Amino acid sequence: MLEIITGGALSTVQDAGRFGVMKNGFTQSGAMDSHSMKLANALLKNDLNAPVIEMTMKGLTAWFDDETYFCLSGGNFSAKLNENKIERNTVYKAKKNDIISVGAATEGFRCCLAVGGGFRVPLFMGSASTNLKISLGGYEGRKLRTYDKIETGTPSPGIKEGDCVPAADYPAVIEVGAVPGPQDDMFTGEDIETFFCAEYTVTSELDRMGIRLEGPELQSKSGKDIISDGIVFGSVQIPNSGKPIILMADHQTTGGYAKIATVAGAELSKLAQARPGNTIRFVKMSVEEAEELAVKEKQYFEELLKR
Amino acid sequence: MFYEFLSNADTALTVQFERKISDEVNGFVTALAAVIEDKKISGVIELIPTFTSLTVLYDCAVIRAGRLKEEISSLIDSMSVGGAKNAKIYNIPVCYDEQFSPDMGNVTEHTGLSRDEVIALHTSKPYLIYMLGFLPGFAYLGGMDERLATPRLKSPRLEIFEGAVGIGGSQTGIYPIASPGGWQLLGKTPVKVFDPSKENPILYKAGDYIKFYPVTLEEYEKIEAKVRAGEYTPEITEAE
Repeated sequence: MLEIITGGALSTVQDAGRFGVMKNGFTQSGAMDSHSMKLANALLKNDLNAPVIEMTMKGLTAWFDDETYFCLSGGNFSAKLNENKIERNTVYKAKKNDIISVGAATEGFRCCLAVGGGFRVPLFMGSASTNLKISLGGYEGRKLRTYDKIETGTPSPGIKEGDCVPAADYPAVIEVGAVPGPQDDMFTGEDIETFFCAEYTVTSELDRMGIRLEGPELQSKSGKDIISDGIVFGSVQIPNSGKPIILMADHQTTGGYAKIATVAGAELSKLAQARPGNTIRFVKMSVEEAEELAVKEKQYFEELLKR
Repeated sequence: MFYEFLSNADTALTVQFERKISDEVNGFVTALAAVIEDKKISGVIELIPTFTSLTVLYDCAVIRAGRLKEEISSLIDSMSVGGAKNAKIYNIPVCYDEQFSPDMGNVTEHTGLSRDEVIALHTSKPYLIYMLGFLPGFAYLGGMDERLATPRLKSPRLEIFEGAVGIGGSQTGIYPIASPGGWQLLGKTPVKVFDPSKENPILYKAGDYIKFYPVTLEEYEKIEAKVRAGEYTPEITEAE
């Protein structure tokens, strides 16, 4: 069990998200940085999508009531176990009464705490993810705070203390692969070119629902509104301001703004680490190239689980 | 029937039918969603049916876009359309008492109808659920009598109560949970259209119908008590 001493800015229990529910108007939720979630889980020999705590900007401080394997992944939050520095992407074994303190983000924007056996919360519609909008799922449907106690599962027998992979860099200029569509035909060729050449700046309007960008305004051929259609994690909407919004894990399921492009699934975790002021460049790719990236990512984790 | 495929990177394919809000086009969406669910195509994760399109989320490690397009095209070719299959009509009680209808005055003023006429027209026929979105269980309904059309509030309310029934432009609907919103509120239903304690927490699905019927405050309170006790199910009839 882990008891929260301070919850940090926004720490929530997340897994891969809720599936089969968007047709009912529920957002999928789930980890923003699923790459880091899977990485930490793989190192702990957990199911890749076992529930983790995802922290934003400023991390939590918490107390272990028993011996617990854990791993931190994602952004650099200068974390410590008692007084000792914790390396990212490394398996540690906390002793009873150890205290983990995760500071403020110095690189990246989110970090992920996984424990051997995963965190255990009641599932809502098949998922442990927190849906903040409707206050359901995760830990009582809300962000973690002082005195919360989260149960942990039974760790796999094969966990190796010290097992690690190198931590990722989080550069201030983020290049993400994106595929034109579903409504790229509503924009002029010039607009599409601008979109894939421009340097966009991440604004402070950034949360689990989406990231609003500052940059060149796009003019679509005839208004930017469409008959509301389906939205996915990674859809890039162009609202009337002409400036893109990237829809993230807590996106609405449907919307009426034209979507010029969609970020490749395997690239979304980079966006989860974007901080206000960072630069984003969209790199044009085909559906097939995006699919290749996703398959490679999946193979990477399969290999990692085997070692 | 016209359709085309739109891509959402490696995450989803959108099957776009004619871009026209109508029962016919929406019927294609509902029919295709039903056959895809029946077929259980390996790698299909979930579906988002909307007014004129169906977004199909898939796992590209299991099925690639190219193959998925072929599968969907062959399903569309063999799809029988026309006439909803097993569509249900959910008969939903609405109390139009003044404590629940803060905007009745706006609607009667804008439409030139009396309160009784507004209620009679609003409860006159079943409305097709084109899609769910915006909030869990928020149904975009088609078919409201045009005479009731009233523009949204100039400045949206910060919180609309759960179960509120209102009009926004030429649409009508129910707020399943408390939420900000700009619709003209006419009444309230005691029915919980979103009940997180149920295994299937949303009462209805796209392709079904909702028909409102008026109840007095007294009847409202009786139904509400039953709802609270978990002893209420709205009357469901078969659509022709």
